[in-house]
Amino acid sequence: MTTTDVNTNLKTQEYLINMGPQHPAAHGVLRLILTVDGEIIHKVDPDLGYIHRSIEKMCERDTYKQIVHLTDRLDYLSSHINNEAVCLAVENALGIEVPDRVKYIRTIMAELTRLASHQLWWGVMGMDIGALTAFMYAFRDREMINDIMEETVGARLTMNYNIPGGLMFDIHPGFQKKVKDFIKHFRKALPEYNTLLSDNIIFKKRLQGIGYISKEDAIAYGVSGPSARGSGISCDVRKIHPYSAYDKVEFNEILIEGGDSYDRYMVRMKEMEESMNIIDQLIDNIPEGDFQVKTPALIKLPKGEYYQKVETARGELGVFIISDGKKSPYRFKFRSPGFSNLSILDKISRGHKIADLVAIMSSLDFVIPDIDR
Amino acid sequence: MGVEKDIKKEVLKDDFPGQVIPGGNGGNIVVGVLDKIINWGRSNSLWPLYFGTSCCAIEMMQTGAARHDWSRFGFEVARPTPRQADVIVIAGTITNKMAPALRKLYDQMAEPKYVVAMGACAISGGPFYYNSYSVVRGADHVIPVDVYVPGCPPRPESLLDAMIKLQKKIRSTKNSERKNPIDGFDEGK
Amino acid sequence: MTRTELQSFLTSKVEGLEFGEETTQYLTVTVPREKLRDFMFLLKDTEELAFDYMFSLTAVDWFPKYLGVVYHLESTKYRHILVVHVNTGNREDDISVDTVSDIYPTAHFHEREAYDLMGIVFEGHSDLRRLFLTDDWVGHPLRKDYVDEANMIVK
Ligand code: SF4
Repeated sequence: MTTTDVNTNLKTQEYLINMGPQHPAAHGVLRLILTVDGEIIHKVDPDLGYIHRSIEKMCERDTYKQIVHLTDRLDYLSSHINNEAVCLAVENALGIEVPDRVKYIRTIMAELTRLASHQLWWGVMGMDIGALTAFMYAFRDREMINDIMEETVGARLTMNYNIPGGLMFDIHPGFQKKVKDFIKHFRKALPEYNTLLSDNIIFKKRLQGIGYISKEDAIAYGVSGPSARGSGISCDVRKIHPYSAYDKVEFNEILIEGGDSYDRYMVRMKEMEESMNIIDQLIDNIPEGDFQVKTPALIKLPKGEYYQKVETARGELGVFIISDGKKSPYRFKFRSPGFSNLSILDKISRGHKIADLVAIMSSLDFVIPDIDR
Repeated sequence: MGVEKDIKKEVLKDDFPGQVIPGGNGGNIVVGVLDKIINWGRSNSLWPLYFGTSCCAIEMMQTGAARHDWSRFGFEVARPTPRQADVIVIAGTITNKMAPALRKLYDQMAEPKYVVAMGACAISGGPFYYNSYSVVRGADHVIPVDVYVPGCPPRPESLLDAMIKLQKKIRSTKNSERKNPIDGFDEGK
Repeated sequence: MTRTELQSFLTSKVEGLEFGEETTQYLTVTVPREKLRDFMFLLKDTEELAFDYMFSLTAVDWFPKYLGVVYHLESTKYRHILVVHVNTGNREDDISVDTVSDIYPTAHFHEREAYDLMGIVFEGHSDLRRLFLTDDWVGHPLRKDYVDEANMIVK
């Protein structure tokens, strides 16, 4: 039968498929209820809460220093940046100015975290599309960052390095050399990444033209981070509301106008280079000084509302504290980047095939505990 | 759930023409020195089901990836479906909403099946023990666990060690006396 | 616009606004519940304001009086930020607020979250269901008077 013989007026019907909660491409435990007609997606209805751990409620009974360790577990790939958000919020509320040394180290560690996160995303994205080699390459390099973290902090993933008022302890003497060695290695490794995936024709075909987000939609749905910058929206908190040492370094905000999955992919690839540039500018200039300022053992914030934005690897993380003057907050809210980014998934995947949905989800880079909290 | 199970067994016995041998994939028939051969085979090709829900999943991925490479011990054939897996690695927090899904996955696995609980969350609820309204305090409230791996998250080496411990456990099993671990689990036995 | 300009501009346009203290981090304004939607339309559509980016929506339990919603808005054009508060009536039986999910699509999910965890009913929301918890869950866990003896081990 040639294609012309196919009866295109066949009556088809919609049906529901469950994707998740335990699905290898769902990056954790996201459940999507898909309404499909054949392979074509008509509607995506995310069902969250499979990893809802009630962190916001727990915060209402913890002290501010205890809260910091919970934030590691939100978006565990940006754990250092999450810690920083809470610490900055508390410091700003108390009017504490941390020493420059702290700011520099925080920024370096944050960029290392971002690199590690993007590496993992890259490896897993390759795997989702069907290229297992990428996974091995990414983890080879990621282990080097984990070693640096472990030597400095004592933990590989959930670092807990920031405390309100500074850092838990000082960096070790070999820190700079280790970081520089890594950067030297990774500058060579990044082009490998590009040859392996970015320029691969199959990979491109899977991503180009898939999951288009327009500029207006991205703003209206509150999309942030690399996913929004792939649609050409300037939304980098590091540039717009600088914190820590980001006002002392020069870096480009990567903006690509296209808006499809491949553009979001390219933004992250280029961001890795920028992260390395930022580290380069800071690593030799870490000023001498204290690594923390003394804060009271039991921090009590003055009555009021405090908001702090930071840029994690996934986008804009907001920490909103309402304090009633006691030792624990009255209300603690995380504005997680993934939550808003997820809300656009339904809109952009309609009309695509199920296999494309996997590519779209990868390109939006979800971490589910960050969405569920 | 336990009651339902019993009913199902009865029904099977009534209209099933042959003899039902409970548990252990023929473990009741083949005894003695064959145990060794079976256990050797089982312990060296454990196919894990990745059940990564949160942070610990990253360390589990690291264990499978370039540096730690758990295929050296025969664990690398990760299955996304429970029907082909021998061991389920619970890496991460189990919430009340997730617990039924975990139990369903476990029930779908073929005997013999093993469970590794990785990380403080899967052991006891970990950091979410107090004040949390939605976390199950330990995966062993849902399914029977063979090996516990402490840490938050455990290092990849710990997970490897746990898997090797599981191999040892399998090797020391007498298949004729093996029980299905889920039998009587819901009644608290 | 600077903070004072913003304040005087808004005062000239809408009556009945209550502004927060001078010392707050961002300009904070409390809107009467009936005026919420009009106010949001004004914020979004006025050329000089252009608040097009809602980056956060928080439900708060002002125990024991009423529940509240806090909207954080930013303009991607001018980069000014405004915090809008709105309160429900009596905490026991008058807990509805008008939805803004058609004005800011991002609020669609956030409102579902607020409904799920705090129990605020958003009038006019197209699909107000629980988001995180199972449908048979009793109560709204983020409320201050929530007790759950079965699941919570309180320290
Ligand atoms: S044990 Fe720690 S690292 Fe593992 S899932 Fe729980 S919180 Fe995350």
